[in-house]
Amino acid sequence: MKGVVTVETVTLTIDGQRVEIEKGKTLLDAAKKAGIKIPTLCHHPALRNEGACRLCLVELEKSKKLVTSCVFPVEEGIAVRTNTPAIREARKTILELLIAGHPQDCLTCTRNGECELQTLAEEFGIRDIRFERSPKSFARDTSSPSLVRDPEKCVLCGRCVRMCAEVQSVSVLGFTHRGPEVQVEPAFKRGLGEGPCVTCGQCASVCPVGAIYEKDSIEDIWNALGDPEKHVVVQVAPAVRAALGEEFGFEPGTSVTKKMAAALRRLGFDKVFDTQFTADLTILEEGHEFIGRLTEGSGLPLITSCSPGWINYCENFFPEFVDNLSSCKSPQQMFGALVKTYYASKFGIDPSKIYSVSVMPCTAKKYEAERPEMNSSGFKDVDAVLTTRELARMIKEAGIDFVNLPDEDFDAPLGISTGASTIFGVTGGVMEAALRTVYEVVTGENLDSIEFQCVRGLEGVKEAEIELNGKKVRVAVANGLGNAAKVLNSLRTGEKSYDFIEIMACPSGCIGGGGQPRNAGLEVKELRAKALYDEDRSMELRKSHENPAVKALYDEFLGKPGSPKSHHLLHTSYKTPEEKGIKVVKTAV
Amino acid sequence: MGTGVCRCGKGVEQRDKFEKLDEIIESYKGKEGALIPVLHEVQQLFGYLPEEVQERVAAGLGLPLSEVYGVTTFYSLFTSEPRGKHRISICLGTACYVKGAAAIVEKLEEELGVKVGGTTKDEKFTLEVTRCLGACGLAPVMMIGDHVYGKVTPDKIKEILEKYD
Repeated sequence: MKGVVTVETVTLTIDGQRVEIEKGKTLLDAAKKAGIKIPTLCHHPALRNEGACRLCLVELEKSKKLVTSCVFPVEEGIAVRTNTPAIREARKTILELLIAGHPQDCLTCTRNGECELQTLAEEFGIRDIRFERSPKSFARDTSSPSLVRDPEKCVLCGRCVRMCAEVQSVSVLGFTHRGPEVQVEPAFKRGLGEGPCVTCGQCASVCPVGAIYEKDSIEDIWNALGDPEKHVVVQVAPAVRAALGEEFGFEPGTSVTKKMAAALRRLGFDKVFDTQFTADLTILEEGHEFIGRLTEGSGLPLITSCSPGWINYCENFFPEFVDNLSSCKSPQQMFGALVKTYYASKFGIDPSKIYSVSVMPCTAKKYEAERPEMNSSGFKDVDAVLTTRELARMIKEAGIDFVNLPDEDFDAPLGISTGASTIFGVTGGVMEAALRTVYEVVTGENLDSIEFQCVRGLEGVKEAEIELNGKKVRVAVANGLGNAAKVLNSLRTGEKSYDFIEIMACPSGCIGGGGQPRNAGLEVKELRAKALYDEDRSMELRKSHENPAVKALYDEFLGKPGSPKSHHLLHTSYKTPEEKGIKVVKTAV
Repeated sequence: MGTGVCRCGKGVEQRDKFEKLDEIIESYKGKEGALIPVLHEVQQLFGYLPEEVQERVAAGLGLPLSEVYGVTTFYSLFTSEPRGKHRISICLGTACYVKGAAAIVEKLEEELGVKVGGTTKDEKFTLEVTRCLGACGLAPVMMIGDHVYGKVTPDKIKEILEKYD
């Protein structure tokens, strides 16, 4: 038939069932299609398959050979068994060996109840370990403000190594030593906080066990909430509302914005605010900066600065592009600076009594809040950062029946936002929000259609051209640091040139952040993205420059975008690795 | 006269070595699978692979440091610790082991005052164990540098070691 692309397929038999599947797929894919679940540990939907753990063994009927289904390509006519005594014995042995070398502290482990090894042990009915216990003895690495590495728990699946090297192009984690001494660690036993780690936390989001996880801030926040002297405020990033529901059994893609606001109020926060307020503000400041650079024709391309993992990557690996970074602080830090100045003075609250918490889809935000320069309010601007996962744990600990909470709104004025800021949570969203504002400010005309489809979608790199007053503006959007590196290298070689670039450290943007509910494949991320776009569409105001609370902030306090006061509170500068006190090997490209 | 500049000559020697190191890296640049041969040559040059040398190799070949470190810690031939002038490798393969190699290791540790993997304080000897040197007929076997000693017994150790300065 004309116009129809035919895909070459093969037909094989799995446990007696005929399965037709695209050529090039694996036996694991075919089994999934046949509705058969094969146990895996090193396999992850976002990563290249490696066949390291060997739990996914299946039997080829003809030769009786056991092969790893995650890396075995489908073949025409072959017959495979997935559940024979030999397979069960092999899988059980592998699990017993792993468990023999694993600490037995499940009850107090950060992954208790959501550990893949624990789940496998349960599914396989492991009751006895036939092997001598051989727990490892390695020190915990707590040197990073964002992440904790516990190598005793590591099962050597290599997911974090592949994520760090192949997806993020950071390569701080690697396999070292050999035989029983093998470890996953940074070179020369340096701590994660002492080397080029960008704190994106993608390693933690793919770790199947408790070997890498976010540094927990829950206890500090309980203490602040329990302190009657403190005025505890909270801000929540856009992407959190599109994923938090997953932790409470909601279908992926269910937006829980209003239940989340209700839950935060019940946890005891004095004010429940929204990072989206300062996302709108970011658009005004960054839009102003972009128009300035475009007019002068210098400092282009302007590159967004909302993603602290990206900022670290640029500082550590691409220092020559630091001057292209927007000087705008991220929305989290703008919020922190305003809460202890503008908000405090407007409502007559002593800023030294304010404890400012943020909920982020991100582990790098913990690092960002700890940067010594983030104190322009005269205090530490953001006192503590929770990931989406940690917020879910607090809600559970407090016994809040999240599913049945009523819908509630954020508090005014720092909880007022537009649809433009909602889409900050997905790759392309900051660019789209900026274009909505920049277009109207530069041309003085209203946009007919405010949805810039050209920068939407979860592809790694997107490009578009937008006409502004007869001038073509070339923009690019990249998500995931490997893709960021591709874009920057194309600028280095002169192959490409752009005026404005959005970069987010995590694949798919903040919806796929290192602090989000784990193991989200592309399908789940698509649904989270849709939740944000739907929420944008449902909002009355969808352009940042129409946010009334932001307008009031400028009228009452800041003056105008780019004013000296804005610069003092809302802008920042960047550092070299030496200034950050970390060691980075400069790799020649 | 320069102030604060060491004139022992060691600094100059180090500088020369780093220049040579860069030449080695340069000669392998762009070649597939260059890391292991580069590390071989560089270890010949320095005697071992200290941190700063591994960092320079990583930077020069455009490889992540984690990859270089992964390779140097995987292969027992590579070492990031300085080694003695003479490397003693005592075979612990099956034949040598059966013929009493363990007692020889014990004797060597006693004579040298170091454990396996260690280097004597005077940087003269490094004691290492190895698997099968392919001379099982001479078991137990030991190598010092390039020289093979066969049918070694604990009471011969002292005499053998005295030959080296």
